[in-house]
Amino acid sequence: MALTEMAEKLRVNPIACTGHGVCAELLPELVALDEWGYPIIDPDPVPVALERDARRAVAACPALALKLTRQ
Amino acid sequence: MSTTAFWYASRATGIVALLLLTAVLVLGILVNRQGRLPGLPRFAVTDIHRNLSLLAVTFIAIHVLTAVLDTYVHIPLLSAVIPFASGYERLWLGLGAISLDLMLAMIVTSLLRGRMNRVVWRAIHLLAYASWPIAFAHSIGSSKDLQQGWMLDMAIGCAIIVGAAVIWRLVHAACQVPRAGRVAAVFAQHTTSAARHNRRTVAR
Amino acid sequence: MTAALNESAPGGAARQAAGLPRLLPPAPEDLRGHLARYGPAPYRGRSGVLISEIEASGLTGRGGAAFPVHRKLAVVARARGGRKVIVANGAESEPASRKDELLLRVAPNLVLDGLQLAAEAVGATEAHLYLHHGPTPAILRALAERAAQRLDRLSVTITQAPPRFLAGQETALVNRLAGGPALPTFQPPRVSERGLGGVPTLVQNAETLAHLALVARYGPRWFRSAGPDAEPGSMLTTIYQPDGKCRVVEAEIGAPLRSLLSSGADTRAWLVGGYHGTWLPLPQAASLTLDHASLRQHGGALGAGVLVALPADRCGLTEAARVTGYLAAESAGQCGPCLNGLPRIAAGLAELAGSGHRKQTRADVERWAGLVTGRGACNHPDGTVRFVRSALTVFAPEISLHARGQCSATNRKPFLPLPDGIPTSEDDWT
Repeated sequence: MALTEMAEKLRVNPIACTGHGVCAELLPELVALDEWGYPIIDPDPVPVALERDARRAVAACPALALKLTRQ
Repeated sequence: MSTTAFWYASRATGIVALLLLTAVLVLGILVNRQGRLPGLPRFAVTDIHRNLSLLAVTFIAIHVLTAVLDTYVHIPLLSAVIPFASGYERLWLGLGAISLDLMLAMIVTSLLRGRMNRVVWRAIHLLAYASWPIAFAHSIGSSKDLQQGWMLDMAIGCAIIVGAAVIWRLVHAACQVPRAGRVAAVFAQHTTSAARHNRRTVAR
Repeated sequence: MTAALNESAPGGAARQAAGLPRLLPPAPEDLRGHLARYGPAPYRGRSGVLISEIEASGLTGRGGAAFPVHRKLAVVARARGGRKVIVANGAESEPASRKDELLLRVAPNLVLDGLQLAAEAVGATEAHLYLHHGPTPAILRALAERAAQRLDRLSVTITQAPPRFLAGQETALVNRLAGGPALPTFQPPRVSERGLGGVPTLVQNAETLAHLALVARYGPRWFRSAGPDAEPGSMLTTIYQPDGKCRVVEAEIGAPLRSLLSSGADTRAWLVGGYHGTWLPLPQAASLTLDHASLRQHGGALGAGVLVALPADRCGLTEAARVTGYLAAESAGQCGPCLNGLPRIAAGLAELAGSGHRKQTRADVERWAGLVTGRGACNHPDGTVRFVRSALTVFAPEISLHARGQCSATNRKPFLPLPDGIPTSEDDWT
């Protein structure tokens, strides 16, 4: 129970997002791009094995649009 | 080590820093424009931009330290960040300090960018457009090397590259459809491509 | 077109038994009439009494989202900090809805009572009225009369909402009140945590505040005496019958839709919940009732209470295409998926409503609908997709007819109301 509460979800602020696509390159397991270049994000909590990559993708977003939230 | 070595080191690292800063600014514009470096993935542009900026600051640190350590002229260490605090070449070194201050603001906020308001981060990052020309003026004004010969040509080359990149950026900004007109633009673009498709299907 | 006041409200005896109408007086009332009918607003202090009464009553928001009112009140009430804001939302951005406009004209004091009572309950220090038409004579008179009798603890600032579909959205509302354009912003944080000026902001629909003002006087059991247990109370509905007239009717929740809307040979289909609502087929939907539990079976919701019986002589596909074009034009254009998807969906629907369409179009529209759902900062794409998908289902026979260049409608006059003009400049959002 405690482990799932700690799990974080990846979210994008669609207003800040301008479709750079860096997130999809760094985290293809959880992020795909739609036909207009905007990210489609897996709504499930981020698997532990991908947490480091997820943080890297969040840090790399040029628009600061990607977030990891504890919700 | 003779102090002349420090002086040469300072001049050399200064020139390398200018070249690196030129590359950093151009890459920053490339990131914003979602441009790509041939053969490299998209994240490489942001990564190289970031890494080169840290490398540039490292060269500037050596540039400043060697200038301070050199005893031929007295340059207080603090004059690297406090503008116009140096007796020697007060104006040109002062400009260098201003440029470095702006760079430090950009670097610190970028290290903290995950924790700060993204609008504020961007506003501070735009100081790059002030930092580079001031660094350029510092370079030309304080270094006899850059005022003649092939080094002058190189410096002018840097200025032309930055100028071209900035013009490219400004032209794009001017051509941007304002938010209130974006939906209409998508309607128009979609209708034209749909019409073209229609024509193609009919022609077949 | 001004909405008529409860004239020929259907289901007379049943409604009287349920104690209706509750909100709408027989004629527009001034302060004296209001006080004679209801007595003064029962202020309680910040003891939390009102909030627990609202919780017991089961009152949900009447602005379209149907969020439990007590929860929003509680969040704002327990937030720390000296400044808090309350806003009565009378933007009524749904073009077909006229209920808030009517309520604010004939019973403004009920809304203003609710505003002050809720303000007291949450500790608000600042009160606003956000209105579709700005300061109307009825509102100004009500505020002046109340000021003369020193009835109100907080003075009320009136701001006019721009005529945009999104203007009443909570974050867009806050941005407008702050002086900017009525554009949504990303949530979290919710406005009840960080809203106008960064302080907790309670936003409630005007009708919701009117119900709150009555619960404060008559108690939760009274409120629950109408409507089913799961969704108690009454609601204002804006009804369009095949005759084309617009009527605002206060209905008991759970009332049979066919007691409110025509369902005979003169009606082609129903639209429930406005332009983010759902088309319902007849006769299959004829037994549905005015509540979420019933409508959920068809993927529908009450929205802000707009109910339409589309005349049999009109084409539902054409109407749906018109409205979708409007919804697309009203996108804020801030989020990539909505900005790109909605105009394409609208164009696709227009093509389906034309005579003859490409084979790919139907699949394209469905693909785009899937791409925009849940991917905007607000629920504009989701609501639009709900409207479009239900239209494609209910009017599937029309799609086939139009593909052959035919149409079963005999009247080309537009039926569903839409405002003129599309937003073209930043000024259109302020």
